[in-house]
Amino acid sequence: MIFFTALRKELLEQWSSYRLLIVAAVLLFFGLLSPVTAKYTLEAIRLALPNGEEIAALLPLPSVNEAVEQYLGNLSQFGVVIALLVTMGTVAQEKDKGTAALMLAKPLPRGIFLLAKLVAIALTFAVSLALAGAACYYYTLIIFEAMDIAAWVALNGLMFLFVLIYIALTLLCSTLTKSQVTAGGMAFGAMIVLASMSAVPGISEYLPGQLIGWGVELMAGSSTTHWPALGVSIGIIAAALASAWAIFRRQEL
Amino acid sequence: MSAVRTEALHKHYGEVRALDGLDLAVEPGSIYGFLGPNGAGKTTAIRILTGLAKPTSGRAWVMGIEVGRGKRETSRSIGYLPQDPAFYPWMTGQDFLDYVGRVFGLSAMERDARTKELLAIVGLTEAAKRKVGGYSGGMHQRLGLAQALVNRPNVLLLDEPVSALDPAGRKEVLDLIEALQGQCTVLMSTHILDDVERVCDTVGIISRGRMVTQEKRENLLSRYAEPAFEVEVVSGADKQLYRWTRALEAMPWIESTAMHGQRTRIVVSDVQTAQRELLASAVQAGLVIARYEMVRPSLEDVFLRLVRAERGG
Repeated sequence: MIFFTALRKELLEQWSSYRLLIVAAVLLFFGLLSPVTAKYTLEAIRLALPNGEEIAALLPLPSVNEAVEQYLGNLSQFGVVIALLVTMGTVAQEKDKGTAALMLAKPLPRGIFLLAKLVAIALTFAVSLALAGAACYYYTLIIFEAMDIAAWVALNGLMFLFVLIYIALTLLCSTLTKSQVTAGGMAFGAMIVLASMSAVPGISEYLPGQLIGWGVELMAGSSTTHWPALGVSIGIIAAALASAWAIFRRQEL
Repeated sequence: MSAVRTEALHKHYGEVRALDGLDLAVEPGSIYGFLGPNGAGKTTAIRILTGLAKPTSGRAWVMGIEVGRGKRETSRSIGYLPQDPAFYPWMTGQDFLDYVGRVFGLSAMERDARTKELLAIVGLTEAAKRKVGGYSGGMHQRLGLAQALVNRPNVLLLDEPVSALDPAGRKEVLDLIEALQGQCTVLMSTHILDDVERVCDTVGIISRGRMVTQEKRENLLSRYAEPAFEVEVVSGADKQLYRWTRALEAMPWIESTAMHGQRTRIVVSDVQTAQRELLASAVQAGLVIARYEMVRPSLEDVFLRLVRAERGG
């Protein structure tokens, strides 16, 4: 019951601060843009560059695959950046301003306080990704052809999990400090570390970046799986949340 | 059973001893003035009682339940107003009280009734539907007091509730606190002696993290009563008053003097000599006296005396 009270407040805050609208608008924009970009990039090169015809001849013809790759590229980058921006102040700001102290002196457990924030932000991204996914699917259908719906849903599920990793890591960083800028910097550092590790052969297949590749393979009809990467991703989320809770419950406010 | 009790409470931040063995006991139903200079450890003690900070050693109880061990139980018994209460600026005053009511598990009907009642008590009914972000400092403090009362607490912990307010806002909030007498136990930290003198029936004086003394205000004043006289002169005679006051300090029966504008306060060690010589001395000095009286000591006198003694000054 207390969880839903805390979640209700967080969701209202997502709405009142326009965070839900902004995240939904940005992801929807990239959802719509991806098939359009895939379709007209070649055309733009041909028309805009002096030797555009020659360059265009070297590039693959627009197809559903290009639309999917554009979508994954856009959302895996901008989605993560927005996740950092939305999450970095969520605990730090409340500690800094004193609202956390005011509310946590009441019978509101600290674990519930954190969990409600995570779930509210996760729901914001889930709704936004669903909108972006639906928009991209519809435009791809109009511009190219229908995609495999089950694979598309699975791809978006993997994308959601990928973004959720950065939400959980940023929540941990926000718990560690009272400054949202410091929290954002720490989360950005974690993002760089994960991205750098992906370049290391032998390790990359266990890292969250593999989820994006798995999405591409699913859309191409491949039955290849990347369960280790999925397990590690869920592990990172669980570890980040457990650490955030363990630290927050001992913190003095 | 004390409503609030601490036993040998220590809180150290590195080398700094914010609390150094604090023993506190607040009787149920009292309005307890937790008095001390800035940095004495008042806020730290209150934060420990709310569960927001942990003691380095020692124990604390609220309504007989040990703080930290029964966190949910103690937090249900207390209302807490921090020094600078912060709210969610996007919520209205009404929304915030409703949210606090939800956290305490009140039903929709209870929340609605309690919110209206509290908004009326603190004089925010008209501003109930305005965003808290647009409230003035005084309105923040009044909303802070309202949110601390949502659960009808047994113990109300107020950390410097009026220190940031202007005189009008201060009077309003002190009136509200005074009206709580008999409804719940109030522990109010402050460094403003006038506020304690006005609303508190019990006083605890803390200095350097230790309790210097705690007892009923009247007992404290009687115990530390020392004969004092006040002499007030007419306008324009303050220079004469100053010279006379300085000259008095050489007398063996004078303890201390303090001059405030056209008024001087003289604490004496020998009342009979003072009664015989003080007025005569003033007349002889040519002072045009507007008021002359023997007064009882103020809490300020007692406070300064105790804190100086504790600091070895």
